[in-house]
Amino acid sequence: MSTRIDRPAIDPPLALLAELTHRCPLRCPYCSNPVALARASEELSAAEWIGVLREAAALGVLQVHFSGGEPMARRDLAQLIAAASEHGLYGNLITSGTLGGSAEIEVFAKAGLKHVQLSFQDVAPDNADRIAGLAGAHGRKTAFAAAVRAAGLPLTLNMVVHRQNLRGLPDMIDMALALGARRLEVAHVQYYAWALVNRAAFLPSRAELDEATAVVKAARERLKGVLTIDYVIPDYHARRPKSCMNGWGRQFINIMPTGKAVPCHAAETLPGLDFPSVRDSSLADIWYRSAAFNRFRGTDWMAEPCRSCERREIDWGGCRCQAFQLAGDASRTDPVCALSPDHELVGAALAGAAASPPAFVYRQYR
Amino acid sequence: MERLIVSNETVLGLAPHIVFRFEEQRQRWVILAPERLLLPDEQAVEILKLLDGKAGVGAIIDVLAERYSGAPRELIARDVTAMLQDLADKGCLARVDAH
Repeated sequence: MSTRIDRPAIDPPLALLAELTHRCPLRCPYCSNPVALARASEELSAAEWIGVLREAAALGVLQVHFSGGEPMARRDLAQLIAAASEHGLYGNLITSGTLGGSAEIEVFAKAGLKHVQLSFQDVAPDNADRIAGLAGAHGRKTAFAAAVRAAGLPLTLNMVVHRQNLRGLPDMIDMALALGARRLEVAHVQYYAWALVNRAAFLPSRAELDEATAVVKAARERLKGVLTIDYVIPDYHARRPKSCMNGWGRQFINIMPTGKAVPCHAAETLPGLDFPSVRDSSLADIWYRSAAFNRFRGTDWMAEPCRSCERREIDWGGCRCQAFQLAGDASRTDPVCALSPDHELVGAALAGAAASPPAFVYRQYR
Repeated sequence: MERLIVSNETVLGLAPHIVFRFEEQRQRWVILAPERLLLPDEQAVEILKLLDGKAGVGAIIDVLAERYSGAPRELIARDVTAMLQDLADKGCLARVDAH
């Protein structure tokens, strides 16, 4: 018998998030883009992106999400959608729907786009435009939704929810139905990047969260087979951490506008990790062999209480970025976990958000 | 929109923009859907291959009942209907209208 210790094989990534640009007409104060935004002159070219898409398909990626910033700020988007489609990648456009309309969508559909996820900031136009930081945004989005359906593409509505719009949740569900969406994402703000800067303005109370959760539960039953509702809770209120990205370097690869490859959109903030660029390395080298993608892969890196936890291969230690942001060390257990020695930090954040919400800072180039 | 209820008479096909294909890297069938990836098991793959846009669910159950003559037809019917209803609820299947 061999006594060789098997190293767990690394599976190829399932999905690639292509953050084409950080440019965006919206200024949402909970944006997941980094606080230091990339400029247009630093962005990968169309030819570079097409190379990335070809490599991704060869690596085993099945789905590509075109995102940003606002991906429609790129004039070469149709070309990239066509390249993805040519390589058999299932193309999804994640957009604010504020730059363009039916003409663009028709071109994307012809280029092989499979699905559109459209964001809304609220159901009430005034509050939606205030949060987006752009007058008239809500009206443009509504028209964009109609254009998506007219082009025959399936539509998902993405509603980012928080204490400044959560009361409208039942109406948001009705809006999704009225706009012909088949899926609705009710995504509570996750506290990274701009959202972390503005946390006290958005973090809901436990009671507000419970009420929203009950609304979603009832709607899911009522709308079974009509509208699929994906629900993401603000994990500060959870007892166990989210399985962030389903584990570091397990399923997802994210390419930032400048070509930097990261396991999740916030990972760039972690110190001591040298994230490779698609300008210098192949995607296969990045995924299988880079130190950064192997740093928190699997369970070997874990300390207690994760190391011996029966959920270690369910939640994979939670979120590395949250561990760094709250506890100052990316290799610690996610403080959201009630078993974490740093869990009190989350309680302090919740207590800090109990007062009336402070003014927020809009996303902007600094 | 109303929920699609799967019965013996329903003629089903893949919904538009759903991709059901064999994936070479992983050597298995996959269903690609909006922001979702489904990994159908062997039975599900066999059933999905029988969706030709003409046969009703009842006829598909008949084919399977013949293939697996050891299993009671009611049991096959229950499993197949439940599987198809689940995929319909996930938006992967749509009714094919008779021409």
